[in-house]
Amino acid sequence: MHVIEYITTHKELCWRLTLEHIWIVALALFLSIIIGVPIGIAITRNEQTAKKVINTANILMTIPSIALFGILLPILSLINQGLGKVPAVIALVLYSQLPIIRNTYTAITNVPPELVEAGRGLGMNNWKRLKEIEIPLAVPVIIAGLRTAAVMSIGIAAIAAYIGAGGLGVLIQQGIARVYEEMIIAGALFVSLLAIFVDGGFALLERLLTPKGIRIGRELSR
Amino acid sequence: MIRYETVTKIFGSGQEAVAAVDDVTFDIEKGDVVAFLGPSGCGKTTLLRLTNRLIPLTRGRIIINDRDIMSVDAVKLRQSMGYAIQAIGLFPNKTIYQNIATVPNLLGWEEERIEKRVNELLIMLQLDPDVFKDRYPVELSGGQQQRVGVARCLAADPEIVLMDEPFGAIDPINREEIQNEFLRIQGNLKKTIAFVTHDIHEAIKVGDKIAIFQGGKLIQYDTPEIILTRPKNKYIADFVGADRALKVLGLLRTKDAMNTKPRNIIQSSTDARKVLEFMTDHGFKHCIVMEGDKPLGYVTPKSLKHKNGLVRDVTEPHPKLIRKYDTLRDVMSSMLMHDEYVLCVVGDTGDFIGTITMNDIQRSILNVYTEEEQ
Repeated sequence: MHVIEYITTHKELCWRLTLEHIWIVALALFLSIIIGVPIGIAITRNEQTAKKVINTANILMTIPSIALFGILLPILSLINQGLGKVPAVIALVLYSQLPIIRNTYTAITNVPPELVEAGRGLGMNNWKRLKEIEIPLAVPVIIAGLRTAAVMSIGIAAIAAYIGAGGLGVLIQQGIARVYEEMIIAGALFVSLLAIFVDGGFALLERLLTPKGIRIGRELSR
Repeated sequence: MIRYETVTKIFGSGQEAVAAVDDVTFDIEKGDVVAFLGPSGCGKTTLLRLTNRLIPLTRGRIIINDRDIMSVDAVKLRQSMGYAIQAIGLFPNKTIYQNIATVPNLLGWEEERIEKRVNELLIMLQLDPDVFKDRYPVELSGGQQQRVGVARCLAADPEIVLMDEPFGAIDPINREEIQNEFLRIQGNLKKTIAFVTHDIHEAIKVGDKIAIFQGGKLIQYDTPEIILTRPKNKYIADFVGADRALKVLGLLRTKDAMNTKPRNIIQSSTDARKVLEFMTDHGFKHCIVMEGDKPLGYVTPKSLKHKNGLVRDVTEPHPKLIRKYDTLRDVMSSMLMHDEYVLCVVGDTGDFIGTITMNDIQRSILNVYTEEEQ
């Protein structure tokens, strides 16, 4: 197969671009978590605020990625970062907010009310309850949100090649420009494999971080 | 003890304001179990949740052991009182051990003390610690979860315990058993308990006093006997039901009516003919046959006629063995079901402690109503 030939002859390139791609996505994911999860937790206090915040994140997500890059370009050019990794990471962070905030919010508000009542009645203050009950129970759903965000980011990062961010999208972009079929396929293949691998990884993480009491419950009900 | 002074809770405002609890004043004495009874929406659960400040008061005061609940930190107040709810609410991500240890952990007990206490409670509630300690709530049956819920609310050994329909989520068979256990445990611990229920039978069986609510108001606060024999108004009389006499049976217990020193007992190793002689001499129509300390069954003159050999071989087993906390209502029900009017009472280990007959039961009812007339 010509694609395999291409890959074997351009091993270093493919490897470098893969690492670059992972770097962009990982950085974006990290930033998204430290922004999104606390927001998700904070809005559980007030339903009205929650609605507004989630709506905003929802709207952000509907902006097509190419368009968002286009919008960020003039804004970030002011600090000379219109092209390259910075707009890419910023865009990814913005897109990831919806799945992360929404899942975090839903996970915590879906904790059965009797657990909250029992916790309060026994004398747990709000922090204790969050820490010992609500968050541990919410973690599986939050991780599911991260999983969505990660896989989505891997796909969008491929497009970021068009604004000079690098990553596996370069193979696709250059392949199209040079009408080099094997290059395009190699790029697409790597992006897909990366997405599948990361999805599986998060699924495993979801399982590992599900509290044992819940995991046993799921197994028993099968 | 708990004192309620003109306690009022209003939800909503203006036109739509609703007084869920309306000017309630009464005291709960130390060591009493008080049942808050009434139909849905009468304010009993609201009152309970006002007591541990899960809901704020609108008017009035609640004073616990001479301290206004508003003068104490709410979280600390709750830690000092046990709280059990109908939905049980065991934390699914924690083991049984960790669930029960919730309040002790909040209070900063040392690990050793906690371990000892958890074991103690599991044994008291008849759950084998080695089997249950490290299990998760999802692995337990409803009845078992209920018991763990009770253990959890007793863990820090609070003097006062608040319970909101704690046995409501259990099927009737297990519920009776756990009510009996509750009585047994309370007999030993003598805690002050406020107990919400909508089931009058449960209130009668378990409560030292009953507080009946309607529309947020306290209508009557008396012992079960008085509520049954002297209901304050038609509403309560109807709530109690037309079968009041039978209900009175519901609050009399076997231990109060039974005969602890019956003379009509013999050992199973006795000769059948001797037993017949014994019965005719004393005019016994019914004789309990014992195997050591445990009742084996019974014999009648008819079943002994013309029989030789050991009385053990002709003994008819008892259809049901009665416990001393069983209500007379349940005992009479068993008697009617099995057509047997003399039954044996056994203790926790199955040892014989006495007999109970239909005559004993009739005498008990007559005593209650004659007292009333006096």
